[in-house]
This record gives sequence, C-alpha cells and structure tokens, in this order.
Amino acid sequence: MISLSRIKAVFLKELVQMRRDRPTFAIMIMVPIMQLTLFGFAIDTDPRNMPTAVELRDDGPLTRSLLASLRQSDYFKIVRRVSTEAEGERLLQAGEVSYLIVIPEHFERDFVRGERPQILIAADASDPVAASGPIAAANEIARRAFAPELDRLPRKLRGGVPPFEAVIHRQYNPAGETSMNIVPGLLGIILTMTLIMITSIALTREVERGTIEALLSTPVRASEIMIGKTTPYILIGFVQTAIVLLAARVIFGIPFLGDPAPFFAALFMFIFANLMLGYLISTVAKTQMQAMQMTFFIFLPSILLSGFMFPFAAMPKWAQGIGEALPITHFLRVVREVMLKGAGFAEIRGDVWPIAVIVTVLSILSLLRFRRTLD
Amino acid sequence: MNGAPVIDVKGLTKKFGGRTVVDHFDLAVPKGAIYGFLGPNGSGKTTTIRMVCGLLKPDGGSGAVLGLDVLKESDRIKERVGYMTQRFSLYGDLSIRENLEFIARLYSLDNVKDRVDAALKSLGLSDRAKQLAGTLSGGWKQRLALAACMIHEPELLLLDEPTAGVDPKARRDFWDAIRDYAAEGVTTLVSTHYMDEAVQCDRIAFIAYGKKLIDARTADIPDEVGLFARRIETPALDEATRRLKSAGGFDVLARFGAAIHVAGRDPDALAAAMKSVDGLPEIEVETIEAGLEEAFIYLMTGATDNFANGLETRVGQ
Repeated sequence: MISLSRIKAVFLKELVQMRRDRPTFAIMIMVPIMQLTLFGFAIDTDPRNMPTAVELRDDGPLTRSLLASLRQSDYFKIVRRVSTEAEGERLLQAGEVSYLIVIPEHFERDFVRGERPQILIAADASDPVAASGPIAAANEIARRAFAPELDRLPRKLRGGVPPFEAVIHRQYNPAGETSMNIVPGLLGIILTMTLIMITSIALTREVERGTIEALLSTPVRASEIMIGKTTPYILIGFVQTAIVLLAARVIFGIPFLGDPAPFFAALFMFIFANLMLGYLISTVAKTQMQAMQMTFFIFLPSILLSGFMFPFAAMPKWAQGIGEALPITHFLRVVREVMLKGAGFAEIRGDVWPIAVIVTVLSILSLLRFRRTLD
Repeated sequence: MNGAPVIDVKGLTKKFGGRTVVDHFDLAVPKGAIYGFLGPNGSGKTTTIRMVCGLLKPDGGSGAVLGLDVLKESDRIKERVGYMTQRFSLYGDLSIRENLEFIARLYSLDNVKDRVDAALKSLGLSDRAKQLAGTLSGGWKQRLALAACMIHEPELLLLDEPTAGVDPKARRDFWDAIRDYAAEGVTTLVSTHYMDEAVQCDRIAFIAYGKKLIDARTADIPDEVGLFARRIETPALDEATRRLKSAGGFDVLARFGAAIHVAGRDPDALAAAMKSVDGLPEIEVETIEAGLEEAFIYLMTGATDNFANGLETRVGQ
C-alpha cells in the first residue's frame, strides 16, 4: 500500500531542500519576471513609427487631410512619397518601408459620388506582430480623417458603411497573428522551462550524491518518491502562474475572459505533465549534466513547434505531429481560448484530454524506469 | 546465539555485465553475532550486503533474512534491517535533526520527535541538532549515519566499511556502540579493511573474487590459513629484511617493534629462507605460533584488488 506518511516525508524533505537551495529557488521566481520583461516589453507587441511610403494619385483636400492624419498617428511614419506602384512595391520588398499606402486616381470624386473608392494598404506582414497593430489602426485613422468631410456629404452617405473601402494586403504572411498571444503563451513556456528543469535532476541528484542508496534501503516505494518529490513543485507552478496572470492583467492589460475553473483544471494537469516529463528525464539521465541536456532537448520543440512562436496551422504535418505530443501545445491553446476568447470547458475539452493522456503515459513510464533496486 | 540464523542464504550470485561479482555465496549468521566480511576492493562485499538488504536483486540463489524470503520479501526485510552505506548517504543540505526525522518518517514510525530526540541524545548530538549534516566532520557523519540506520530499531545491522576515514578514537567509540547493540541481540554484518575492526568480529568470512574462501570463528582464522612463523630479533633489522626479501620462500614479512615476523604456508621454504639471515650480529630466530596479525596480513596482502582479471589468490581453494 502507498503510505501517505512516507509521501509526506519525501514532500517535506524536498521543501526544506528547495528552501535551502536559494539560487535555484530565486531562479524559479525570477524566470517568470525576467521572461515577462523580455517578451512583454522588449519585444513590442504594438509597434509604432513604422516607415511608410505613400503614393498619391489624387491631390484633393480629402487626400491631404488623410495624409495629415496618418502623420499625426503614432503608427505610421511617412518616409517616402512614390509616384508608381512598382516603386512602392520595390521599397516594400527591400524592407525600406513596412507600409505602402496608395490613394487611387479620382479618389475625391468617387468618394463624393458615393462610389466607395478603394484605398490600398499594403503591409509587410512577414513579421506578423509588427503588421497587425497598424493595419487595424489604418481603417480608424482614415475614418476620422474624413469625418469633417462626411458631415458635408448628403445624408445617405453618412453612417453605416464608410464611404470608402480600405483594401488591406498582408503580404508575405497572409495568416497573421495577434500580439495578445505572447503573454498568455509565455505562461506555458515559463512553466515548461522551470518545472522540467527542476524535476529533471530530482533523482539524478540523489544518485550523484549517493543519497539514493540510503533512500532505497528504507521501505519507501517508487510511487511515493515520485509523488513526494514532484508535489512541492506544483506549488511553485501555481506561484509562477499567479505572477504571469497578475502581470498580464495589471501591466499588459490582457483580459481573462473565460471561466477560471476549466482553466485551472487544465493548468493543474499541465503542471503535472511537466513534472512527470522532468521526472522521467531524471530516471534516464545518469548525471545532472545529462539531465540538463535532455531538458534542452524538450525546450526547443516546446518553443518552436508548440504554436508559441509560429502559427501551428502553418507547420508541416510531421512538425504538427511532434507538437501534438507536447503538453505545452495543448496548454497554449487552452490558455488562449480561455483568456482571450472566453472559452469554457466544452471548447477546451479537446485539448485537456491529450494532456491527461500525456500525464498518464509519462507517470507509467517513470515508474517503470525507476526501479527500487540499484541494478 | 541460538535459534534460526538471522541471515541464511545459499548460492547467492550476482552478475554485472557478464562479470560474476558474487559467485554462489553461502552465508549463515546467527542471531546476535558480529560477523565480519574481509576482502580486497572489488571482491563482492558490498554487492553481497546490498543483496541481503534488498537493494540488489540476486541473479541466483535463495534464502532467508530474518525469516523472510530474500528474493520475494525485500519490502518487509527493509523494514527490519538497518543499512549503513560505505559512502555518507544522508542529505548534506538537511540538518542532523531533519535527516533523522526524514528517515524515521520513511519507516512510518510513531513518535518521530521522541525517537529522534532519543537518538540525538544517545549519540551526543543533541546540541548540534540544527547543524547541517554536510558540515560535520567524518567521525560525526559516521555517528549520524549509524543513528539514522538504528532509528527504527532494526534486528539486523549491515555496515559497509563503516569506519573508513575515521580516526582511531571515533572508531573505538563506534565499535563500543556495535558491541552494545550486539548485547541487546542485534545481529551485525560488517565489511572492513581494518585489522583492528576484524578482531572485533565473532566470526569472519574472507572473500575474494566473489567467493568465500574462509569462514571461521575469528580465533580460528590462523589455523584456517595454516601459517608457520618465525620471530627474528637483531639490531641489523634492515639488513635482515633485505636478505629475507631477496631469498623469498615466505608469504608475510612484518615488523613488530624491534622484531620481524616472517610467516609462510610452506614450512620447508620458510626454514630455507631463515638461512639467509645466518651470521647477522646478535641474531635470535624463534619459532612462534602464527597469530591473527600474520593471518590478516597474509589475507589482505595476498589478494590484490579484484578489479583486475586473471590474478590468482594465494589462499587455498
């Protein structure tokens, strides 16, 4: 029988050791703060002053007022005025400008006639984060620029659909990505990095220090060691989550739209999955150094193939397959669905059960790997 | 020392990667005995102890420890055995008290605090309970390790080279404690390199290459080895030593104060070797009975480290 008192013994011992190991403890608290600062601030999710080229084929007061509005806005910085579309495209392709805004011929005439002339906004969306903000802003800027003119228009043109059409070409990356993705995604990355790293040496450290021999000569069972050793870090995981969620709300103004209950269920499962993954590494690795190297082996796909950095749907099938096997891929979907889209349990169910399966498989593998003998 | 043996195993065998480390090992240890394992490095002492306490699964053999099946009931054996490892294996970053409490809880003991207090007191560690174990000196670490493996009051104590690197006084204190436990009926199996530890044992097994070569009461060891000995006294000890070494024909040459003891298993060769020191000034050669010292030196120097293959031990088959 599994003994609760023995689990408690291992649990308490790990807590004391964790508390004594100040540097590691500090890292576990500092990593969320550092990553939030790096990813949240240094990587600006709402870039301003994007270099812009304009091509004006019409030169009426409406066009001039639009130009003035664009200049006033933080988003666009008009650096070039081009005379042909080809020239604009070349600048865009060369990366000298990030935006090309084209006002067509007879814009003012068609505007007044109610023919909804098109304004072309061509964006270099190769950096999706850089593209999304200004694109969204362009429409609003144009609408406000034309507001005084609209008042002078016949009533039938006012209200409802704007009397012009902004045609947006996101070039080089039609999919785009929203900037809100970064901070919720960070939660997954932080939990993965710290929890796997810390548990990956859980057993390796005992083996290297020779303490495993005394431990195994007592009646303690493999499952008791596993549970007792990993549970303290569930607490750490929740502390880290609290830090990230607090920062997301207070500093980055990211809402938490969905239901917390399914979120926390998925969170608990995800934390457990990471601990089991780390623990499995610690049953395989012979030294702490090896454990660290194996940990990085998990980190790379976790960052690259989970949908944290690149859109999951855009990856080739084999890469998606690897991604699906990682707990973080499913957790990131849950976080984004719940936090940003307000999803409930019904919507995230499809990503919760894979985490549960991963946890189960990892636990069984760990217990099979870890023998209570020194063979 | 009556009743069923505490350890009673037969044909115990362990292989690591094709190398037989312990080879058909029989062992019978009566209750309350202090039983010594003597043998060079790599001879299989540690492996045997680990099999007895359930840390290693034997590849062959059978038997009982404390009346429990050594192959199938290692969980229950662990509850009643205290194992002190060769290397300090408690937690350096836990305090003395925390280490003892941790071990006590793993044995699901009640009154953990009282037991730990008692253990601290009996070892004279009460006022250092909060000190981190990693900062203790070798002797204190060893006392703590002994306290930890005695905390659940085991009936069988397995000590793997317990006093390696410990000063003589601490070693003597340690052995006083073991004697006290033995008097209370605790059985002890101890592996050692040291002669002064070996003489503390009631019975000794000499092990080489995973095989038990001698198993006898400690007092009977010289007879088992079968040595003939001479005691040589002369002011010219260095010259005597040089001549004896170049002559050969004996197995043990050891200095005891102002004398040399020379011993060998072949009486004729030994007698022949004595001719080499004839004529040295004031020489006295005396035939003596080979004692424990000569026997141990013979055993410990006779078989070199067992990690090399193909070496032959000089101990009889």
